[in-house]
Amino acid sequence: MRAFTQHQGIVAPMDRSNVDTDMIIPKQFLKSIKRTGFGPNLFDELRYLDEGKPDQDCSQRPINPDFVLNQDRYKNASVLLARTNFGCGSSREHAPWALDDYGFRVIIAPSFADIFYNNCFKNGLLPIVLEEKVVDQLFQEAEAQEGYQLAVDLEAKTVTTPSGESFSFDVDDFRRHCLLNGLDDIGVTLEDAELIKSYEESRRKTAPWLFGAGN
Amino acid sequence: MAGKTLYDKLWDDHLVKQRDDGSALIYIDRQLLHEVTSPQAFEGLRLAGRKPWRIDANIATPDHNVPTTDRERGVEGIVDPVSRIQVETLDKNCDEFGILEFKIKDQRQGIVHVIGPEQGATLPGMSIVCGDSHTSTHGAFGCLAHGIGTSEVEHVLATQCLVQQKMKNMLVRVNGKLGPGVTGKDVVLAIIGKIGTAGGTGYAIEFGGEAIQDLSMEARMTICNMAIEAGARVGMVGVDDTTINYVKDRPFSPTGDQWGAAVDYWRTLHSDDDAVFDKVVELDGSAIIPQVSWGTSPEMVVGVDGNVPDPEKEADPIKREGIVRALKYMGLQPNMPITDIKLDRVFIGSCTNSRIEDLREAAAVVKGRKVSPTLKQAMVVPGSGLVKAQAEQEGLDKIFIEAGLEWRDPGCSMCLAMNADKLGQGEHCASTSNRNFEGRQGFGGRTHLVSPAMAAAAAVTGHFIDVRELMH
Repeated sequence: MRAFTQHQGIVAPMDRSNVDTDMIIPKQFLKSIKRTGFGPNLFDELRYLDEGKPDQDCSQRPINPDFVLNQDRYKNASVLLARTNFGCGSSREHAPWALDDYGFRVIIAPSFADIFYNNCFKNGLLPIVLEEKVVDQLFQEAEAQEGYQLAVDLEAKTVTTPSGESFSFDVDDFRRHCLLNGLDDIGVTLEDAELIKSYEESRRKTAPWLFGAGN
Repeated sequence: MAGKTLYDKLWDDHLVKQRDDGSALIYIDRQLLHEVTSPQAFEGLRLAGRKPWRIDANIATPDHNVPTTDRERGVEGIVDPVSRIQVETLDKNCDEFGILEFKIKDQRQGIVHVIGPEQGATLPGMSIVCGDSHTSTHGAFGCLAHGIGTSEVEHVLATQCLVQQKMKNMLVRVNGKLGPGVTGKDVVLAIIGKIGTAGGTGYAIEFGGEAIQDLSMEARMTICNMAIEAGARVGMVGVDDTTINYVKDRPFSPTGDQWGAAVDYWRTLHSDDDAVFDKVVELDGSAIIPQVSWGTSPEMVVGVDGNVPDPEKEADPIKREGIVRALKYMGLQPNMPITDIKLDRVFIGSCTNSRIEDLREAAAVVKGRKVSPTLKQAMVVPGSGLVKAQAEQEGLDKIFIEAGLEWRDPGCSMCLAMNADKLGQGEHCASTSNRNFEGRQGFGGRTHLVSPAMAAAAAVTGHFIDVRELMH
């Protein structure tokens, strides 16, 4: 996995709560058997005026000029500023894949849906929870100043504004460690293979009915 | 020391390692696989040169992309080439790794969350995962069950474990008795309406109280299925006689001495009387009436006797903006009665409501009636080949067909419209599925979430009506 240590980038403010995973990447694009190429269809139904189809050349499609990512000033955004319960809905990892493929590295919101939050960390994407009033302030600043950027430091667990104001955020140690070092967490788990085997053996004795089905 | 909650017990039973940093390794007894969220996981295994840790813990079936007609042709009958490749890829992966798969032409094929319990592949006390958020369904059996992403599917394939942080405990207690015509779907929609789509975020929800204890396993599955719509990855109900009777004599259920030992263990799978929950929510079950969602989030729901809300009456500006946006998308006017909403299609199916009891409830309403001529389509999609066969044995198919509903083959179908079953732009659908998000059932489609009985009532009237008015 790609490591994440620090990042500074343009902020795109997406002012709506409960952004669901169907909105982030509609189902017709889930038919792909790859992990890449979802970027052009990120927020497809908000971004374009027509109905998107898989494997289509999106550069020829009519765009929705009102959608935040279609505005010139946010074209190169890599930090997404969002509202409460971002990423609610399905467990599709295609949602963080699409955000990542588009070029986002950081998402800041007052709250995230659990599965989405977890999926981000598996893909080098950092979801940051900040207090609602701080997020409100960042929305105001990002909308007021063209080219507004935020600097994120995962080591220090801080988000810093252009004026130097800094906000700290929480992230659990294991996820932070994996992200900072770009670790493959399957490899980390397999370091405990013996422990898993011994758990499995004792379980086989106490609950033998859990083994054998499906063969 | 306080007693343990059901979630605490399940967590402790599956804990392989508690790490110092607060994360833990949890052992997974069962993984269900489908075609949409598994191909990249299998590819990841191959690229890393890894093998599945325990083949027999996995069961697969294609469900999201499968057509609901013309099934005799099997995979060849999938018209969309991209969908077909995805189903073929699941077949190839399962063949390559030796994983049991109920393929498209197998009568045991169906929606993953229907076939697990149906086969006894979902047993009380198991930890169960699937790359699908509605895996919470299996919690109805006193399981620790939740949806995971594709990277975690790969992680479970490779290690039989999941890295987790322990969640907080929430009890949703539904007191009293439900009235006639009020179903598990109405209960869970009322719960989501009360606590909101993020109300359960960070929690494992246990559903309890008299109204829940009275419910069948099908209804409990409907409720746990939609725990994720309240933000909770995990929804659960404690084990009782209803659970054990359902599980008995299923193909993968234990038999002989093992059955007795299993039942002894399963009897312990409920929260202790003195268990402490981080949060308790109470509802009066006798006050719940049939529910209808009006907006684009499952929390945007009211009783069928209610009205579409007026954004002017909402004080919170973000919520007000949400209502305005939802009304615009849904093409509805503030304050209009729910029963005035005209419908174009009716969909009875999905992992929420496609089990035999759901079909019986819908059939009871449409029996001797006809689908309204104002509808473009009303369809019934059973949750599995075995549900379909059971329904046909009971003659339900004839009741539906006689009334003018289409009787289809099993799959996820119009719940998320990955196959050919979808809404047209602007069309309103009474749907027994779980999500009314924008575009969920088709580009520009407008979904109203209801119970199977309410969907059936809408089918024969062409608009929403309190199903209790049609019951004798």
